[in-house]
This record gives sequence, structure tokens and C-alpha cells, in this order.
Amino acid sequence: MHAPLLSLIVFLPLGGALLLVFIPKEERRRLLIAALVFSLAALALSIALAVRFDGNEAGPQFVEDSAWLGYGIRYHLGVDGLSLFLVCLTTFLVPLVLLASRTSVKDRLKEYLLFMLVLETGMIGVFLSLNLFLFYVFWEAALIPMYFLIGMFGGKRRIYATTKFVLYTMAGSLLMLAGIFVLQAAFARASGSYSLNIFDLYRLSLPSGTQAWLFLAFGLAFAIKVPLFPFHTWLPDAHVEAPTGASVLLAAVLLKMGAYGFIRFAFPLFPDAVARFAPVLAVLAIIGIIYGGLMALIQKDIKSLVAYSSVSHMGLIILALAAWNTIGLQGALLQMINHGLSTGMLFFAVGALYERTHSRTITDYGGVARKMPVFSALFLIAVLSSLGLPGLNGFAGEILCFAGIFAAHKVWAILAVTTVILAAAYLLGMYQKVCHGPVVHNRVDALRDLRPAELAIFIPIVFLMFWIGLFPGTFLRKTEATAARYAALIQSRSAAYVEAQRPAILPPEAGGKAATGGERR
Amino acid sequence: MTTGAVVGLSLVLFVLGVIAFFVKRDLLTQFMAVEIMLNAANLAFLGLAQGAERLDAQVIVFLVMTVAAAEAAVGLAIILLVFRRKKSIASKDFRTLRG
Amino acid sequence: MPAFTLIPFAPAAGALVLFFFGRRLGRKAVSLIASAAVAVSLALSVVAFLNLLSRGASGPDVTIHRLFTWISSGALRVEAALRFDALAAVMTLVVSGVGLLIHVYSAGYMTRDRDVARYFACLNLFTFAMLLLVLADNLILLFVGWEGVGLCSYLLIGFWFEKPSAAAAGKKAFLVNRIGDAGFLLGILFLLVATGTTSFAGIDEAVTAGAITPSLAVCSALLLLIGAVGKSAQIPLSVWLPDAMEGPTPVSALIHAATMVTAGVYLIARMNVLYAFAPIAGQVVAWVGALTAVYAGTIALVQNDIKRVLAYSTISQLGYMFLGCGVGAYAAGVFHLFTHAFFKGLLFLAAGSVIHALSGEQDLRKMGGLRKHLPLTYPVFLIGALAIAGVPFLSGFFSKDAILVSAFSQGRWALGTLGLAGAALTAFYMFRLVFLAFFGDARLTLEAKTHLHESPPVMTWPLLILAGFSVLAGYLGLPLALGKNANLFFRFLEPIVPSAEGHLGRSAEWGLMLLSAASAVAGIGLAYLFYIRKTALPGRWAARRPGLHRLLLHGYHVDNFYGAVVVKPLIRGSEAVYRSFDLGVIDALVDGTGKAARFLGRAFAFLQTGWIKDYALAFLLGVTIFLGALLF
Repeated sequence: MHAPLLSLIVFLPLGGALLLVFIPKEERRRLLIAALVFSLAALALSIALAVRFDGNEAGPQFVEDSAWLGYGIRYHLGVDGLSLFLVCLTTFLVPLVLLASRTSVKDRLKEYLLFMLVLETGMIGVFLSLNLFLFYVFWEAALIPMYFLIGMFGGKRRIYATTKFVLYTMAGSLLMLAGIFVLQAAFARASGSYSLNIFDLYRLSLPSGTQAWLFLAFGLAFAIKVPLFPFHTWLPDAHVEAPTGASVLLAAVLLKMGAYGFIRFAFPLFPDAVARFAPVLAVLAIIGIIYGGLMALIQKDIKSLVAYSSVSHMGLIILALAAWNTIGLQGALLQMINHGLSTGMLFFAVGALYERTHSRTITDYGGVARKMPVFSALFLIAVLSSLGLPGLNGFAGEILCFAGIFAAHKVWAILAVTTVILAAAYLLGMYQKVCHGPVVHNRVDALRDLRPAELAIFIPIVFLMFWIGLFPGTFLRKTEATAARYAALIQSRSAAYVEAQRPAILPPEAGGKAATGGERR
Repeated sequence: MTTGAVVGLSLVLFVLGVIAFFVKRDLLTQFMAVEIMLNAANLAFLGLAQGAERLDAQVIVFLVMTVAAAEAAVGLAIILLVFRRKKSIASKDFRTLRG
Repeated sequence: MPAFTLIPFAPAAGALVLFFFGRRLGRKAVSLIASAAVAVSLALSVVAFLNLLSRGASGPDVTIHRLFTWISSGALRVEAALRFDALAAVMTLVVSGVGLLIHVYSAGYMTRDRDVARYFACLNLFTFAMLLLVLADNLILLFVGWEGVGLCSYLLIGFWFEKPSAAAAGKKAFLVNRIGDAGFLLGILFLLVATGTTSFAGIDEAVTAGAITPSLAVCSALLLLIGAVGKSAQIPLSVWLPDAMEGPTPVSALIHAATMVTAGVYLIARMNVLYAFAPIAGQVVAWVGALTAVYAGTIALVQNDIKRVLAYSTISQLGYMFLGCGVGAYAAGVFHLFTHAFFKGLLFLAAGSVIHALSGEQDLRKMGGLRKHLPLTYPVFLIGALAIAGVPFLSGFFSKDAILVSAFSQGRWALGTLGLAGAALTAFYMFRLVFLAFFGDARLTLEAKTHLHESPPVMTWPLLILAGFSVLAGYLGLPLALGKNANLFFRFLEPIVPSAEGHLGRSAEWGLMLLSAASAVAGIGLAYLFYIRKTALPGRWAARRPGLHRLLLHGYHVDNFYGAVVVKPLIRGSEAVYRSFDLGVIDALVDGTGKAARFLGRAFAFLQTGWIKDYALAFLLGVTIFLGALLF
């Protein structure tokens, strides 16, 4: 019997939120410290989790499974290669977000911290749930605090933005809920007992037609979240209007929930549908990569630029998933973490600028590097990470994604590598306009460089960027087993369908021709 | 009296009540119409009780009567208060919940 | 751990130290640390080179040292492994040697700049990346170094980032390089999937074992070429190099003459086994090189900025290297890379000396008669010019000759002729530059005249050393006409990098040498005519052909072309799509659902009259329907 590590990680932030209720709202310091303590505790526990996680085991670890509402609805938590680092990413970023709120949130700090902690619980719960219904509960639960965070602490059009965000996401989710019930009924009919345990459901064999509809139902919910073209338009508005911390978590974690949903649910539950819809998904993803990049190129607001860049980056991740081989899957998993770090840091950087000048418009800047050299250096590192410079985290993920995509479909890969050019174009273009050039605006002239508290936010992220960039093995080792199993799962189950309908759509593993692979001396 | 006659009477009474509700323009008479409808229902219960020779149907009548009385008390009180406000009991004057 | 593995890490350490503590250390310390780091690399390179020589192996002598497994997933395995062989020896010596000289020179050139620490940190970082590039054992690690030098190029071109043109030039360089890199990545992926590995040894083995189909070989070779074209500023990705002159002159010398831009040539030489297997790709390489050589040469004829002349000259010389590799004479291409590093580095540094002396003036039209005032700079510049022009007995002659011989000996007359034409052009525009700057009447501005001074020793010593090499380096590669084993350089590289097949007869070879020498002399003579004797001539020629002059001055309007055909439509198109589609269609649909919901609400609002009678009616209707359904 081991300690319920996962439940602790999930509910510690919520516990912190409850404690916060009793602290008077004027005592900002005490509120912040309490919030930090709980979120740092969750971080410590997830680090312990990562360390004790066995990279050779493909199945879920630290499992907790107890009865809940019946009819297959159980409280079932577990962590494996797919979710491990997403949880760590979440628990890593939330303390940083809380730290940043000290100066960026002027009033109603108590509510802000409360919502953040509740949000953290929701996000972690999404990644750790192995019961379909429990997953859905946490999925929706993460929406509500975000609604308030944007709606209460956001910019001018915050109500519009947050309403759009919530309604859009919820519409997709409702279809998913219907799908969940269909699955539940189908399983009950097939096996005589109720279960919403995803591993049981993986083994369920559904007719192809049903699979297709269910895949669309689930897929829509996740596609909206990712966001996949053309369901992406909520993202720029949400990001632009959201406060810094909410933007960071929205981009770094919430978007990943969509991709995670694809890997964990949509793909393995409906393997026949995967074979049928993978091309569609790939096309949308490729459009997202290029379209997102082009749209980012012309944005005038830094945050909406980063928002569109997220569309582009997530497109690459989804494309790597659509390739569905181990390398692509590993690449996608790593890129999810990478994107979380680099985009998170970009938003922190924009936040730092906004706090000082209250402007996110690119043309209001220029010459920042002269006034804020440390900031500009760190900002450049974030930019380089985002565009995939080797040595930083982005490259390791991108090369794996490209390799995986290429092994599946050369044409997809040829189109996907254009992201390398586009990302450099819009990111360096923005960087040049903001940081380079002469100082022309008074606002920029008055800028002062990063304070120690702000540095404390950037330095850990940069450290991780270099760690993942130079030694990605530390992370890849832990996710390899699960990734391989999931890749094999789909390939084997859809192979039968594919053979019946068409010749091989999903080619063998990368490097299949040189079956021995590996290095030669 | 046969059950049929009683139920028929109650039906007639009910319909009269419905018509009264829709034809009348003031709250008080509409309220009375509701009372008629309730009593018509009671009559139907009694008639059927007699026909089927069951006691539980007759007991229900008491329940209905109690509810009707309570509802009359509350409703009339509301009408009174509302009259004090608006100085009118024409039902068309009370349309604040218009969408 | 063999000595060579440490070569890249000394400058890496230097860069780290300077990035973190540079500002606190003071100018002298900063330049000392940076130069010392590169000196360490040079020392280690020399040691490794001597080790290699002393081993005197008959076949290929390759040492590979694996540091750790970098990325591993499924069938993909990228090792962080370094490889030392003859080619790596040449490259590390060039990079660290010329690099050291330029670091020392920079100490003088950049003394008065406030961001000296950042400069040397970036310069060290560049040296690290370049050394990593040439020591990498596999394509992906090479790509790491490749992108690294691209980054440092961005940082150094845009060093004076407050100048909008400099910042823009840095971004342009990075972007154009990235276009090449996209192709490069695809090439790597093709090879990876076909052979299961990205290491050079593995790929070479696979190719010779016949594991790759010819079409695949051509495909990947061409994709790698795209990367090389981007990095080495060949057609059609040459546009970034002239603008890159915005950076400090030592940067131009190191990055855009001696080292980074040569990475493309290095890549092709390194992958020679693949290219040999894909002759069509080799053809493309050769033609790209030859055409670029002539193209850039013609543009250099009319440029007025001293650095831009040298920039186009570099593009042109790189074309030669590509030409050499394309006809299978990889060793010749590398030899020209070798000699070019010296004389081009020299020319840039000497130009820097001139600019420094004139307090920042770079326009040739405002120079003149400088040979009297710059007694050290002038002779070394002249040596560099003679070398690049291909005047016999200097290094450029030998290396250019090697390439031309390879071309002609394989019956590639068209390419060879282009090469000769390019040689003539080179001689002409180089001496146009020499005559305009150092001879004739002084056309200096007052300010330049008052501060005119020769450069300090810290700047002139590197010039002298480079001049020495520009003269002597050629003797390492004596023509084959003088005997089979006369060419030490080729012999050294032979096991790794082959020289061309094909033979010209002895007399033909001597004839060719005479021809190339003659074209050099002709070019110089013509320049003499135009710029010393009849100085009115250039003006009259330009006046009679204004269109042609403008065309050449603006580099065949390639920049404008790209701007108009690629950049502007992309941006305008994206803006149009953004407004019409993203906002107009998708968002309109989304907002439309909201509007539809509101519309529906208002449409049905009429049911909510607020009148209790209506509600009762609805109630009645509902009950009736319900009862009806129940009963029927």
C-alpha cells in the first residue's frame, strides 16, 4: 500500500484554495505565501513522482482505484509516460504564475490565487484520470476558474473573450459527454458489466461506423482545445484579454489537454477511425502550421502573435500524432512540454513589458535591448527556444516530430518543415521591432530591467530549456515505454481495418528498411 | 346518482371554470374560476370513488380541499397587496415579466 | 579522451564566462580571455594534426569519440560524437588559426565600443559552434553547429542593433539561412529513413553498399545542397551576405569570408561519397557555383562600398569552391577554401584597417591615394589582392588553377570557361578597388583626412601573418603538372576527400596555367587602364549604359524581386486572409452562433407576454396535447 501520491498532487492545490478562503483579503503577503506553499508542495511531490517513476514500465503507475458513483464511474488515477511530464509541467508553472501575480495583480488578489489553485487541481486531474467520467469532470472543472480569471482580471474585451472561450469549449465537450455515454452503453452491452476504465474500453471492439462518429464527437472537443484549424479563433481573443498568469497556463497547459485527449482517448479508443481520419487530421494540422505562422507574421499585438504561433506549434504536435509511430509520439510528447515552457516564458516576458508600459502593441516599442539588456537576453532565449534552435529544448522535440512525420508521409514532412522558416520570420521580426532599433518612445526610455522576483521566474524556465535541449534523454527515457506501447496499440488494431480497406496507410516504424537501425561504427 | 352523471357534471364545471378563467379580465374572478376548477376535480374524485367504492379517492378530496384553502389564502393575500400597489385588479395590468 | 575532443570547448567556456561576467571584467581582460580560448583550440588542433601526420596511415585515418547519446527514441539515435580526420584537421586549423588572428585584431578594432564583452562572447560562441560543425560525426550534430553559427551570425551582424539597418540585416541573414536549413533538414530525414543513421561513416557505408536508390541519393544530395546554398550565399539565396556587411569588419572577415560561409562547401566535401553516387546532383552543384561566381563577379564591378565589393567577391569565390566540388574535385574545393580563408580574411581585415584609419568611411569614391598614408596596410592589401586575382606564385593562383584544371580535365568546357571568365572579373574588380582606394588623388572628406593614421600593432600583426600565409599557403598544393606527388594538400586529404579524376596532358595543364595567369594579368591591366590611366573612362561607360549600370549596382535587382514576389505578397496576402477569412468567415461564424442564439431568443420572446392568461392558455394547450398523446 503506498501513499496516495497522485491524489495528493491533485488535491493539494484545492486544499490550499480552501485555506485561502479563511485568510482576509487585505493580507496579500500571507495569501501569496499560503498559495505558494501549497503549489510548491505539489511541485515537490510531482518531482518525487518523476524520480520514482519507472521508465521501463509502459502501464500506469501509482494507481489509485476506488468505487465512486457506480455504473462504471470510479475514482481512478494513474500516471504513465503520456501524463508524467504534463503533470510536472503544470506543477512547475503554477508557482511561477503565482509569483508573477505579486506585481501584476493589483486588487482582488485573493480571488485570483483561489482560482489559480482550483485551476491547478482541474488541470492535474485531467492528466491523471484513468476513468473516462472522472476525466470529463476535471476537464470541465478546469474551465470554470479560467472563465473567472479572464472575465475578472482581463482586458477591455474580456467578457466577450471569456464567454467565447467557455461556450466554444463547452459545446465540444458536450458532444464528448454524449460519446462517453454511448461508450458506456456499448461496453455494458458487450461485456455485461459497466466500466469506464479506459484500458477496458481500449479493448472494446466497435463497428467502424460507430467508431467514426464517436471519434468525431471526442475529436471535436479536443480539436477545439488544441486548437486545431479551423476551430482556433477563440485563442487569440482569449490570450489577448487574459491576464499574464492565465495566458501562461492557458497556452502551456490547457492547450495540451486537447492534444493529450487525442493520444489518450480519441486515438486508442477508435483505431479504425484513426486510419480513416488521420489524413484529415494531418491536413488540418498542416494548414494550422502554415496558416498559424502566416497569421502570426502580421499581428500587431505581441500576445496575439504568440497565440497564433501556438496554433502553428500545436499543429506540428498534432501532425506528429497523426503519423502515429513511436518517434512521432515521443516527439509530440516532448514538444508539448517544450511548447509549454517556451510559450509560457514568452507570455511571462510580454507580461513583464505590459506591467511597465501597459502596451502590447509592437509598434509602441523599439530599442528595449538597450534599456533592459538582461530581459532582452532572456527574451531572445525564449524566442530561440520557440523557433527550435538546436541546443535548446525546441529542437529536440522538433527533430523527433519531423522524423516521425517523415517516416509516415514524406509530403506531410515537406510541408511541415516550413514552420522552421515561418517561426524564424515572425519571431525574429517581432524581436527586432521590440528589442532592436533605436529608442523612440518615451515609455521605452523609462524602462527598467528585471527585478530579482522576475528573474526568479525566468531563470528556472531557461534552465529547463537548456536541460531538455542538451540532455533530452532524461525525459525521453521515461516516456519511451508508454509511447512505444501506444504506437503499437494503434498500429496493430488498425492494421486489420486498413488491410481490409486499403493498402498500408500507416507505414512501418521509422528506419524500417534498415531494420537493425542504430549507429554503425 | 350514477358515476357517469357526477363525472359529467364535474367535467362541465371544469370547462366552465376554464372558460371563466379566459373570459374574465380581473384577477379576483379568475381566482374564483380556479376554485371552480379545483372543486370540479374534487367532484370527479368523489364520483369515481363512489363508483369504484374506494375510500382513498375520498381522502384525496380532503387533501385537495386543504391545498385549495391554503392556496386561496396566499393568493388572495397577494392580490390584496398587489391591489394596494397598482390600485387595480385587471390582469392585463400585471405584465412586468414581459420578455 | 583524445585531444581533439576538447577543441570546441575552450571557446565555449570563454563564451560562458564572457556572457555572465564580461561586463565586469574590463576591455583588456575580455579580449585576452576570448583570444586565449581560441588559442587553446588552435594549440589542440595543431596537436591533433601532428598526431595525425605522425601516424602516417596509408588509408583513411578516422578517430571518432562518442561523448554521450543525445537523442534516442525508437529507431532514431543521435549521438553526440566527434570525429577527427584529415578534413577535420584542415578545417579546425583554419577556423582556430584565422579565428585567433581575428580575435587579436578585434581587440584593436573594437576598443572603443561599449559592448566589447558581448562582442567577444558572441565571437567565442561562434568559434565554438563552427568547431562543433567541423568536428561533428553525424549530420544532426553538424546541424547543431550549423544553426549555432547562424545564430552567432545574427547576433554579430546585428551587433550594433540600435541601427535599424544592422538589425534588419541580422534578421535577413538568419531567415535566408533558415530557408536553406529547411531543405537541409529534409535531406537529413531522407538519408535517415533510407540508411537508418545520420553518421558520416554510416551513410558512406550505406551508399557504397548500395542501400540507397540513385533517385533517393540525388534527392537527398540536392536537399543538402539547398542548405549549403543558403549558408554559402550562392544563387538563389545569396541576398543576405552583402547586407551582412553591416556588422563589424572583423565579423565580416571571420564569419563571412573565412569560416561560416564555407560551411556549405565543407558539407558537400564531407558528403562526397553521396555526391559521387548522384552525379546529377554534382552537376547542379557545379553549375550553381559557376553561375554564382560570374554573377557575383559582375556585380562587384560597380559597387562603391569597399566591404560590399569584398562581400560579392566572397560569394564569387565560394562559387569556385562549389564548382570544384561539383566536378568531383572536392579536395580542390577545400584547397580553395583554405587559401581563401587567408587572403579574404586578410582583405577584410585590411579593409577594416582602412575604414578605421578613415574614421569609418567605407565609400570608395571618398578614398584615394592612401598608399602614402598607410604604409603597412597598403602592401598587405596588395598581397591579398594579388592572391585573390590569381597572380602566379601566390596562393590564390594555385587553388584556382586546381579547380580549373579539374573542370577542363573532365571535359567540362562550359564550366571551365565560366571559371576563367570569373577569374578575369576577379582580377579586374579587385584591382579597381586597389586603385580607387590607394592610388590617385585623395578624395577624402575633411574629417577623414585629419584623423588619418595607420592601425596599431594589435591590428597590423594579424595582417602580416595572414599576408604571409596568403603567399605561402599555395605551395602546399602545387599543381600536378609538376609531378604526381607535388600536391601535399591533396595527398593529405586523399583518403577522406578525393580530388578529381580525369587528366589533362602535361602541356595542356601548363597551357591552362598560362591562360589563367594571363586572364589575371589582363584583368589587372584593364583595371589599370580604367582607374589609373584614363580615369574618365568608367564614368563614360556608366553614363552610356545607365540601365546596365543600375542593374549591376543593385545586384540584378534580386533583392527587389524577392521583396516584390515573395515577401510583400506573403504579407499582404496574409493580411487579406486574416481580415477576410479568419475574422470574416471563421470568427463571423462563431460570433454568428451567438447572434443566432440572441435572434432566436428575441424571435420567441413574443410568447412571454407577462400576461397570466396567455401562460394559462399555453398550459392548457400543453396538457391537452399531452393527454391526447397519452390516450391515443
